[in-house]
Amino acid sequence: MKELSLNILDIVQNSVRANADIIEITIHEQGPLLTLTVKDNGHGMKQDFLAGVLDPFTTTRTTRKVGLGLPLLKMAAEQTGGSLSIVSKHEQEHEDHGTTLCARFYTDNIDCPPLGDIVSTIVLLIQGAPFSPRYIYRHHKDGKESYLDTDDLHEQLGADIPLSEPEVLAFVREYLTDMEGAL
Amino acid sequence: MKTLAELSAIRERMKNKVALREGESNYRIVVGMATCGIAAGARPVMNALLEEITAKGLEGQVHVSQTGCIGLCQYEPIFEVFHGDEKTTYVKMTPEKAKEVIEAHILNGKVLTDYTIGEL
Repeated sequence: MKELSLNILDIVQNSVRANADIIEITIHEQGPLLTLTVKDNGHGMKQDFLAGVLDPFTTTRTTRKVGLGLPLLKMAAEQTGGSLSIVSKHEQEHEDHGTTLCARFYTDNIDCPPLGDIVSTIVLLIQGAPFSPRYIYRHHKDGKESYLDTDDLHEQLGADIPLSEPEVLAFVREYLTDMEGAL
Repeated sequence: MKTLAELSAIRERMKNKVALREGESNYRIVVGMATCGIAAGARPVMNALLEEITAKGLEGQVHVSQTGCIGLCQYEPIFEVFHGDEKTTYVKMTPEKAKEVIEAHILNGKVLTDYTIGEL
């Protein structure tokens, strides 16, 4: 992956597949440290699956036996001297089930990929989720914040207009571009 | 700076349109957006498709959606065009090629065989 935002587009789909109805994506930049957190309330993973989830030969897909989403993100983080951690609670064992992933990157490392086009990533996540799940996106940088909650979009649009409408997506793109530009 | 309140104007404009559109899509485009697709460049391809559909005013006639791994990772970015019972698989796409497909296939009903999987 050439950009961290591509990794984000990729791994957030794990949360969607886990039937999450709320997915929080937070990017926190402070000094050289960039922390990415993806938190969902999906069905979670059992401990034995979680133990092997960073192995490229662990996957839930059926088309082939490899899954590279998490291993690629882990590699990207570790290449910079950072790390990846995942905490998960399975729905059969916990009422407050879900998965939280945290990846840390040292942006002053030459091997750190750029965050890249995060706006396209968020827009496409919304495009794939006309009504659900709810996305809450936050990007903190040097005390400033860019923020989007898809519930706010639904509130303005009314319940019947899907967020995947091209006109809505075009608005979200401009709105986010403005906010990201001000960071 | 844009504000979310501007969405209520979109809401007014779309109210009638969305109801009209339902069940009217002739074409369905499905873009492979798993790890393999994304790494190969599916995101700019998807952006180009959405842009071109808006630019050509085809919102009512084409429905674009995302899917996981289609199983042909080496040919990504891939998208499939569904029309009636027909399925056309376009492989090794770029934003430029994607726009050509919209113009030729969706607007003029002509399959761009140079870019389909049969050509490989």
